[in-house]
Amino acid sequence: MSETTIEPPVTSEAEPAIPAGYDDGQDHIGLAHHTTTGLSNTKLAMWLFLGSECLLFGGLISTYMLYRNRQGNAIGPDQLWDIPFTSATSFVLLMSSLTMVLSVSAAKRKDERGTRLWLTVTALLGGLFLAGQVYEFTVFYREGLGYTTSLFSSSFYTLTGFHGVHVAVGIIMLLSLVGMLAKGRIVGDKAETVEMVGLYWHFVDVVWIVIFTLVYLIPA
Amino acid sequence: MAIIERPTETPALAGATGVVVTPASSYGYFRRPVHSSGWKSWAFTVDHKKIGIMYGAAALVFFFIGGFEALLIRAQLARPDGTILSADKYNQMFTMHATTMVFLFVMPMAAAFANYMMPLQIGARDVAFPRLNALSFWTFIFGGIFINTSWFLGGAADGGWFMYAPNSSVPFSPTNGVDFWTLGLLMTGIASQVGAVNLIVTALNMRAPGMTLMRMPIFTWMALVVQFLLLFAIPIITVALFLLLFQRNFDATFFSVADGADPLLWQHLFWLFGHPEVYILVLPSFGIISEVLPTFARKPLFGYPFVVFSGAAIGLVGFGVWAHHMFAAGLGPISVAVFSVATMAIAVPTGVKIINWTLTLWGGKLWFSTAMLFAIGLIVQFTIGGLSGVTHAVAPSDTQQTDTYYIVAHFHYVIFGGAVLGLFAGMYYWWPKVFGKMLNEKWGRWNFWLMIIGMNLTFGPMHIVGLQGQPRRMYVWTENRAGEGFFNIGFWNLVATIGSFVLGIGALLFLVNIWVSRKNPPAPADPWDARSLEWITTNPPKEHNFDRIPTVHALDEFFHRKYEDVGVDGQHDYKQVRTGEQVVAEEEAHAEAHIHLPSPSYWPIILAFGMLVIAYGVIYSTLLLAAGAAIAILALFGWALEPPTADDSEFDPPSSDGGQPSKELAHV
Repeated sequence: MSETTIEPPVTSEAEPAIPAGYDDGQDHIGLAHHTTTGLSNTKLAMWLFLGSECLLFGGLISTYMLYRNRQGNAIGPDQLWDIPFTSATSFVLLMSSLTMVLSVSAAKRKDERGTRLWLTVTALLGGLFLAGQVYEFTVFYREGLGYTTSLFSSSFYTLTGFHGVHVAVGIIMLLSLVGMLAKGRIVGDKAETVEMVGLYWHFVDVVWIVIFTLVYLIPA
Repeated sequence: MAIIERPTETPALAGATGVVVTPASSYGYFRRPVHSSGWKSWAFTVDHKKIGIMYGAAALVFFFIGGFEALLIRAQLARPDGTILSADKYNQMFTMHATTMVFLFVMPMAAAFANYMMPLQIGARDVAFPRLNALSFWTFIFGGIFINTSWFLGGAADGGWFMYAPNSSVPFSPTNGVDFWTLGLLMTGIASQVGAVNLIVTALNMRAPGMTLMRMPIFTWMALVVQFLLLFAIPIITVALFLLLFQRNFDATFFSVADGADPLLWQHLFWLFGHPEVYILVLPSFGIISEVLPTFARKPLFGYPFVVFSGAAIGLVGFGVWAHHMFAAGLGPISVAVFSVATMAIAVPTGVKIINWTLTLWGGKLWFSTAMLFAIGLIVQFTIGGLSGVTHAVAPSDTQQTDTYYIVAHFHYVIFGGAVLGLFAGMYYWWPKVFGKMLNEKWGRWNFWLMIIGMNLTFGPMHIVGLQGQPRRMYVWTENRAGEGFFNIGFWNLVATIGSFVLGIGALLFLVNIWVSRKNPPAPADPWDARSLEWITTNPPKEHNFDRIPTVHALDEFFHRKYEDVGVDGQHDYKQVRTGEQVVAEEEAHAEAHIHLPSPSYWPIILAFGMLVIAYGVIYSTLLLAAGAAIAILALFGWALEPPTADDSEFDPPSSDGGQPSKELAHV
């Protein structure tokens, strides 16, 4: 294809006269927005996805709330919870939201080193939380709470397990992001990509606040 | 002259005057696919039109599979003590009939229309996330095939499409059928979920200049409402499916009644999804006939805002009526009263729509094309189903009818009379748009009348046998309890069976029609004198949909470009000033200089295939599961590293050399 096949771009000609009696649609014409709403497609999609995730955790949390006191003769929450320990891991997870914010802010300032640093710290804090969860599950299992022990145990492990998987996916995304930033392989707006992972990460944290309150803090 | 910037081998669909530019370099692990013909151009496409066609074709195949299952059921029930199916096979048959029709026919067929029409109706070049769109399709088709392979791998699911737990636990359903069902529906759920996010963003963000929300074509509106329903209903069934999967495969206890489990848990989770699902099935068809009726009545849709907002109201209230499926479960008087009232309330916006459609027809110059016949058929048949539905809102009456054929009659009038007839209306209406050829109207009439007569003969008598007490899901009925005279269920069962075969033949005539119409001459640009934006382009649309993104000035933009109001003193009198061909030609004459199109990709189909392998792995082998996971992870990273469209600088010649700014596409 040679350059010569391209004709000069068509310059904008007058729109056909707008028939009388209806709106000329000026509210959208001439705006520099890439999208109709002005929100980027990715961001809107992420919010929608998180909205539907609320229903996923809603269903799991409802299941747990229904079964939280149904442990039969097996061990129950009162004998198991170690609130100081879980509070500490919860604190770690919440702090990871702070480092995530720092990372997004660094990305917006185009501070690539800062972005990578805070993303790594966020992933490490998330990893620490997960390690705490694994430790906690191990302790519970040794104390006699298997996955199939009771209604309480099945729904507890399923709910917190689903959350843990979300955290794990988040960590993979964070680390991939660090790698892709280092290699310059991010497609499109870097700051926005970091922000999207951030939105997901904050959501997972917020869900944990709900789970921690409902599962651990409310007495059985 | 437009430069179509999509990496392809040859300048195929770009239009006679188009120049196709090939990217200079490749991305990701592999070179980008560049096929513009052959099966590869379909397997790796991200074009919403091709994906829409594939959705439609797949859904049609599943429609005939599901129909065949229904005919076996009816053949079994034609005579007392039927012997065609064993009790076990009968259970599998009604389970798979419903599953196929709901998840593998109506939903994907609606997705086909939404995929194909929504971008055209809002003046976009594609959906917001073209690769996610391809992922939706491939996940759906692999999920559908996966469920159906269970027939050959030890037997299909047998717990009914509602799959009540604990009845679907291993002791009562020991084959892998329920696992196939669960995993398959998780896959189609992912497809719907991804599609919902994609289409909502498309409708909200990709509209042409001037296309305000209240100028959106009504089908796009209804499709948008449906996507919101999917977005919030699918995660709930996902939870239920995971619980069942863990119960059956990891011995979880959610549904172990011996341990104190609550059998209502499944019912609540299922119907909290299941009732919005009813509207997910029927609202797209409402949207379709709201396009078809005004076109063939030569009048604008009566009360467009009412149709829009009643659709949204149905979507909203649809989440608050689920327990009317559980009136017989003993929820207590307060729950029953609340859900009774809510169910009666949801009849109101539905009734509003029926009034709107009727008044659209009122005083119109009616053109009884096949599409119009199907649309009117929907109004009549759906109203019958709606009326029997209101009788279910009355809890004491519903308690009598629960699990009888009366319920079967009701929901078939709603789903078949509502959703399916609307989908057929859409096929006849948009066939020339999609394929550039008209369907044969004479065969269309046979298609319509045999289907209408067939459905009334099939489902009408079910009201009678249901009120006589014939239970659903029983694989035989006996002569000595068939009853006497007019209410003899033997007679009506035979009528229903004959009707179902009439219906089957009627549906097959659609395939015949496709066959006899295959050599029809090219359809005119505007065969129906249509009203909305998807007709402001050629039939079939070019790969880039519009040569110029149309600027929208009114609801029914295409109509207003063809007709001018010459009325005086507030009276409207429309005179044709342009033909459809002229409107399309005018757009072509102002083609944009540069048109960016998203590039095809290998990753969606690979990711979907990875999920398929994972699903088999869950049932058969951990090794397989790990392999599937590896494929999926590879695909995810390949996807993330691949730009959705080649960069400006990667085209030869570079596309950033000035010119008209083109409609921006999303970067995923």
